[in-house]
Amino acid sequence: MSASHDPELLRRLLRAKDRMDAASHEAWPVQRLARVSHVSAAHFARAFKDAFGLPPHRYLLTRRIERATALLRDTEMPILDIALQTGWNSLGTFGRTFRDITGESPRQVRARQRAATHALELVPGCFLSAAQRPDLTIAVSEKRRREAGDTVGAPNQKEDP
Amino acid sequence: MNHSALADNITVAGLVVGIYVRDQDEAHDFYVGKLGFRVHTDARNGDYRWLTVQHPDQPSLQLGLFAPQPPTVDAATAQTLGEIVAKGAMPPLVLVVDDCRAAHERLLARGVEFTQEPTERYGSVDANFRDPSGNGWKMIEARKAGEAGRA
Repeated sequence: MSASHDPELLRRLLRAKDRMDAASHEAWPVQRLARVSHVSAAHFARAFKDAFGLPPHRYLLTRRIERATALLRDTEMPILDIALQTGWNSLGTFGRTFRDITGESPRQVRARQRAATHALELVPGCFLSAAQRPDLTIAVSEKRRREAGDTVGAPNQKEDP
Repeated sequence: MNHSALADNITVAGLVVGIYVRDQDEAHDFYVGKLGFRVHTDARNGDYRWLTVQHPDQPSLQLGLFAPQPPTVDAATAQTLGEIVAKGAMPPLVLVVDDCRAAHERLLARGVEFTQEPTERYGSVDANFRDPSGNGWKMIEARKAGEAGRA
């Protein structure tokens, strides 16, 4: 049995994932996550990816985007406030990342969500936020590159947060 | 299916729903010692243990606390099931309470691992916690009668 299949380790990695879910607006450097899981920082990112299928920083990103989308849908909060409240330092970075991941600007999403009718109040919010998290299977930088039509680019070595 | 659509519907007098846990003693201590369930059945036969608990407020439901183990499942499957539970990938369980914040405070004091503080949305309050194995529970406050008519 390899270490990454040890249920006891997986349970501790789940704790780090839970902590990101509970406070996705906070900064979650690998050292902090590793401490939650009682794993060395050197092994954390790999173990997390093995367990949950994507690197921890990308998981965090999808959580933030989901949170921002919910705030766009459910509140009248200005987009700048949503950006700051969901963990970004600037409106520019938020808007760019949001568009890269969802294919739409925050403003477009808000307008579209407003126009659609919802029966989502019948679903507990906690199920909803897990189900509506974007499925980000590739790095944002890679997604950006593909959408720019540059499909022959080298595999990305480094991911934007 | 609508009840009236099936005139000769069977009569159900009780339900047992099971979850997988990594250690039945640990699960017993959690569900009985912390959540306030009571043991309904605890029957052993060699390595096999049929353990169900129920909450005194909901006596028609028994919650089975089962260990994935041979010979019920083979060793490799037992290992996989243990991993799935530990990753939090089993479907969420729901506990409907009359006062989510008060229940949160009480359970927190007993050492329950909350993964989300009580949060108000859609006119109700919910919080999340996990059992020691990784099974996730959503604790949802029942909507007051006359609001939306839903628990």
